[in-house]
Amino acid sequence: MYAVNFLLLGAVMFGLGVFGVLARRNAVTVLMSIELILNAVNVNLIAFALMNNSAEGHVFALYVIAVAAAEVGVGLAMVLMIYRNRRSIALDELSTMRG
Amino acid sequence: MIAADVNVAQNVGFYIIAAIMVYAALRVVTTRNVVHAALWLVTVLGGVAAQYVLAAAEFVAVSQVMVYIGAVMVLFLFGIMLTRATIGAEGDLNNRNWAMGIPVAVALIGVMSWVIIDEYGSSTIAEPETAMPTEAISDIYLREGLVPFLALSFVLLAAAIGAIVLARKD
Repeated sequence: MYAVNFLLLGAVMFGLGVFGVLARRNAVTVLMSIELILNAVNVNLIAFALMNNSAEGHVFALYVIAVAAAEVGVGLAMVLMIYRNRRSIALDELSTMRG
Repeated sequence: MIAADVNVAQNVGFYIIAAIMVYAALRVVTTRNVVHAALWLVTVLGGVAAQYVLAAAEFVAVSQVMVYIGAVMVLFLFGIMLTRATIGAEGDLNNRNWAMGIPVAVALIGVMSWVIIDEYGSSTIAEPETAMPTEAISDIYLREGLVPFLALSFVLLAAAIGAIVLARKD
């Protein structure tokens, strides 16, 4: 197995996730793009664990999975609250704090 | 020229799954339908789980399937339904100046690919004898990783309570 395979796949997924965060207007799709970024990081962690033949990378990947689950739960609860208050989850309309 | 410790079948499997994953990730960030984006995201996450199996990380692969495809995607679909996104094409899923994201993403991918190929371009990974045993992972969790593990359980508890408090109707 070539070492660059997993790392390049992680880089491409990370770039696409960053594009999604920048380009999307719907808050739920921005959260999906953040999931892409976190999974790209996990692919890299597993690749480095395979290179060094150690289990630490797996442990880190499992931590990241757990934190991502917590992040999605709180993030979607916030999106629901914003929707209930403003009837919209378009991120460019949330400009109350603009100076 | 193929190095001695490169398993051709493993690489072919990797490239097929990686091509599906990259296409699906592209659709997640470009499709005009929120529900389709969620379903393409399922494809990406399943592909990631398949790559974990190829990388001899079976416990992480099973966790990925259970947590992401089982739980996180259901949360996403509930979020989409509760915010009443129209089922069907939507014209305004992107920002006004969404095209600014393209040069940023291209520059990011280009720089990272350059660094990765420069550093790891010729190195290969020796094929592991067996999959990483789950005992090795649990040994780390219950010895040097015990404090972060307990902290993580409090993070999950706080997230669950916080989500209930935020989403509750007063």
